Amino acid sequence: MTRMVISRLGGLATTLLLASVAIFGSLYLAPGSPEDVLFGTRQPSPAARAAVEHQLHLDQPLPVRYWDWLTGVLHGNLGTSMVTQQSVASRVGSGLGTTATLVLIAVLFVVVFGIALGAVAALRPGAVDAAAGAVTSVTVTIPPFVASTVLITVFAVRLGWFPSSGIGTGFGGRIHGLILPACALAIMNCGFLARVTRNALLDQLGREHVQTAVARGLPRAIVLRDHVLRNALPPISTAAALLTSGMFASTLIVETAFGVPGIGQLTITSVAQKDFPVVQAVSLLLVAAFVVCNALSDLLQALIDPRLRSTSGRMA
Amino acid sequence: MSADTRALLEIENLTVRLADPAADDAPKPLLEGISLSLAPGEALGLVGESGSGKSMTIRAATRLLPPRASVEGAIRFEGTDVTRMSGPALRAYRDTGVGMVFQDPRAHINPTRRIGAFLTEALVRNRGVGRREATARAAAVLGEVGIDDPARRLRQYPHELSGGMLQRVMIASVLLAEPRLILADEPTTALDVTIQSEVVGILDRLRRDRGIGMVFITHDLDLALAVCGRVAVMYAGRIVELRDAKDLHERAAHPYTLGLLGSRPSIDVRSARLTAIPGRPRGAFESGPGCAFADRCAHAQDVCRTTPPEPVRFRDGDVRCHLLDQIHSVPTAAREGGAA
Repeated sequence: MTRMVISRLGGLATTLLLASVAIFGSLYLAPGSPEDVLFGTRQPSPAARAAVEHQLHLDQPLPVRYWDWLTGVLHGNLGTSMVTQQSVASRVGSGLGTTATLVLIAVLFVVVFGIALGAVAALRPGAVDAAAGAVTSVTVTIPPFVASTVLITVFAVRLGWFPSSGIGTGFGGRIHGLILPACALAIMNCGFLARVTRNALLDQLGREHVQTAVARGLPRAIVLRDHVLRNALPPISTAAALLTSGMFASTLIVETAFGVPGIGQLTITSVAQKDFPVVQAVSLLLVAAFVVCNALSDLLQALIDPRLRSTSGRMA
Repeated sequence: MSADTRALLEIENLTVRLADPAADDAPKPLLEGISLSLAPGEALGLVGESGSGKSMTIRAATRLLPPRASVEGAIRFEGTDVTRMSGPALRAYRDTGVGMVFQDPRAHINPTRRIGAFLTEALVRNRGVGRREATARAAAVLGEVGIDDPARRLRQYPHELSGGMLQRVMIASVLLAEPRLILADEPTTALDVTIQSEVVGILDRLRRDRGIGMVFITHDLDLALAVCGRVAVMYAGRIVELRDAKDLHERAAHPYTLGLLGSRPSIDVRSARLTAIPGRPRGAFESGPGCAFADRCAHAQDVCRTTPPEPVRFRDGDVRCHLLDQIHSVPTAAREGGAA
């Protein structure tokens, strides 16, 4: 188990390193540059432009710039925003909590409603299963950007229950403001997880070892909890992890639609401004979230299924 | 035989049909008119090819049939009709009355839980035995089925044990529940030949020592004859011959049983090729109006194809065949004398 955690952490570091190279490179291959954003519509003299480029180290070759950035990061210095001159750490830090809270609420919605809907469908074949199937068929076709528009129109504009843009202050206000964005993130994923849950439970319900548990006269609740649900958890947790990392990516859209001041919105703005240090930081955060989600899912699976724990083939 | 109050398990005229949701036609029959009874401590063999209804019969006896199956007839355990049992009574029956030993222990034991959890689960959940006490009992029973170092085994997972070892664990789990009846569904088919005889030996010894009744399912007629006092031969969802094992061995009556015995390789006589029963096994739903075996039977006559044979007394048992007299050309008087 410890070896697994260590190898996972090594994998995370490698992934982040490779991702940073890819992001760094693609950002500079894309047209436009930070000094254009700084100068705006003004036409600077070549000397002024060269001075700014020198100040931002844009006049140095790409590998050198990457190396400067990397050594800075390894010393705990994420750099300074090229556009606002704030430190990247403070720009990212202010949005990080908001985005983490947003995704956490959305994950809660997805896990609770997705598993409940899937379980009901699996355990009540016939009309209930068909109804649940109809609900999930609709929800899996509602991506976050569609959900955002509809939710804003209905609950923020018509009914006025939630703010249509921005979030409130204080803990309660922030949560209240994040409910609708979280719903927009969750709707499609709920449907997905419900389907995965239903199929995983049905698969286990038909397994021989469940038949053994029934044949031994165990109470139904015990059979369902210790044998059906427990053994169905690996595919469910894999799906939940994938959906969670996907939701981190979807915050780019949802935070922009709801005016939530999080990492997602910051990413969009920084990319538009070519604010390289900020983009690099937020992109790597998203990559890290992705890798961590998957590692957590693998760890959970190993906890559930002992066959995944032994790395050497110890099949008797 | 019927309404024998001392019978442990009594199945009377059991018919099971399975509705096919995809097709509109009438439900397919899986079992037709199964009748048998088992005394406490007795071993009864159920023999037949795949699809003959052996497993279905014991699944019906523990109510493990698929939900679309409909059941007619009576299944009585110690006089109580199993088919009418309510939830708690059914659970109590499955817990203490009957124990199932399944064919493939690797599929039938939850792979994600330790052997100890599997063995103690029923005691802890059904009877409120403390974990420590249940674990001690499990270790003792593992010793009884010939597993060394029980304490270590209890901490292991199913994938760390061999198939033969797992089948012993399965038998141990049944013994822990101390049932009055064991239903063994081809308990040795998935095992190596050398392990087979050991597992059969364990089951046989425990049955004798503890006076547990056993229904032993196998497709191996010789094995059934060796382990069981009486043997029922099944074909296409019916019992075609139900006889004392020794007597059946000496004088099989039904053409199908004769075919089974004839298709065994012989050590004494070296023949160029084995005799096989012509045709392929039939399911109960495929059989016509007459005897299900008619189109594979060398003796079949018109009556076989039109009228289903009723059980006829033959020596000490029952046989479903119209043509017993002609095949065996035994005078009726001698037949009813039942000398074995």
